[in-house]
Amino acid sequence: MSAATHKSSALFKSSLGKKYLMGLTGLFLISFLLVHCFVNAMVFFDRSGSLFNEYAHFMGTNIIIRIMEVVLFAGLLLHIIDGLMLYFQNRAARPQGYAYNKPNANSSWYSRSMAILGTLLLTFLIMHLAHFWVHSRFMEDNMLKQPHPDFKTDMLNLYSLMVDTFSNPIVVVIYVLAQVALAYHLLHGFWSAFQSLGLNHTKYNNAIHMAGTAFAIVIPFIFALMPIVIYLRTIGVM
Amino acid sequence: MKLNLKVWRQNNANAAGKLVDYTVDGLNPDMSFLEMVDVLNDHLVKKGEEPVAFDHDCREGICGMCSMYIDGRAHGPQHAATTCQLYLRSFKDGDTVHVEPWRSRAFPIVKDLVTDRSAFDRIIAAGGFISVNTGQARDANNLPVDKHDAEKAMDAAACIGCGACVAACPNGAAMLFVSAKISQLALLPQGQPERDLRALRMVEQMDAEGFGNCSNIGACEAECPKEIKLTNIARMNRDFLAASVGSETE
Repeated sequence: MSAATHKSSALFKSSLGKKYLMGLTGLFLISFLLVHCFVNAMVFFDRSGSLFNEYAHFMGTNIIIRIMEVVLFAGLLLHIIDGLMLYFQNRAARPQGYAYNKPNANSSWYSRSMAILGTLLLTFLIMHLAHFWVHSRFMEDNMLKQPHPDFKTDMLNLYSLMVDTFSNPIVVVIYVLAQVALAYHLLHGFWSAFQSLGLNHTKYNNAIHMAGTAFAIVIPFIFALMPIVIYLRTIGVM
Repeated sequence: MKLNLKVWRQNNANAAGKLVDYTVDGLNPDMSFLEMVDVLNDHLVKKGEEPVAFDHDCREGICGMCSMYIDGRAHGPQHAATTCQLYLRSFKDGDTVHVEPWRSRAFPIVKDLVTDRSAFDRIIAAGGFISVNTGQARDANNLPVDKHDAEKAMDAAACIGCGACVAACPNGAAMLFVSAKISQLALLPQGQPERDLRALRMVEQMDAEGFGNCSNIGACEAECPKEIKLTNIARMNRDFLAASVGSETE
């Protein structure tokens, strides 16, 4: 074994290596959220859905985006596996817990609940992928193939799938609740990624914390608005 | 003043432990928590019972020996204070107070409230030192140190190694301690020759001792009697990363 491979494997076996991986994959997933939110926000600007469908068509056919889709799944998988390893190692580090403990006196509940929030998000994600990604990639869906009157080219009518999915108020409620979990996951995760990578500096800490808090509120809020707005459109309120 | 105590009693590392109820009366609110346990032990000895074993030494907040998890907090409810600097006026007359040892796989219980914290000593031995030449002392100020660095090094050096960071951390991580010990040397010119090796070896030993992983919860910083900052952990993260990928040290 060469010295280089020995060193890099030691890095990722170490507690700090797992921290770096968690932070890096977390920041990568944050960058995905930004793109996903921007593209899907097109549903707000065009109630016919054709603007959103065009953006979705670009995302579904662009070669760079398609490659990044694979990288994204790899990043997500690493984030999950690393998180599970940390969770089980941390539980093992304290075989016997305290009979009486006041954790709220020294830390926030969501910073201590990243694993459970992550599990909730993963559960949501499986449902979310089943709703949209599986349909658009693998299923022969008549509704998707239905040409949209505004379409210039032959593209999937993903907006009609959104309308169909969010016509169910229970689904809308689940999506909104999932965004609450995402908000709290990000509220700790955003600045935490910087800290894990050693990016802690008195000159920039306030900016990182403010950006993290803003991101954790604004992005999940916009995501939560999507199913609500589409539901309100289906019942004719908006 | 009267306190109802629920004290963890455990004969040795392998025995099963349990919380035992004691009531201590006639206390002075200006007594320290350790003095209260002394009073309890006086009563126990007079009754022919085994006194509660607990760690203590200087009783002025600088040695890092006292170590109880009091009322659900490391070193009790008083901010930035060790158990010996915690006074009974922090409690109300008739309060019920839980007293437990530090809970960590790396700090096995020796007896009652005494844990074996030699894992910290092994981490220091792995790299928490500098090499100096013997002989006459250097002239003062012939090695310039930036004032901010000197202050940050001093703040990190305030760590007394009590283990409250591990006890308070929901993950049982020791990173506040290790990062303070890495930082106090990394910030000074005398710490530079072994800087890479120190970060690698101390983190390696920390992992081998079975401490948990830091997830930036911040309970350690909040409970530290010496107010050691999370910025030290970020500095350790930088040093370890630089040593792992940037240096030829293995």
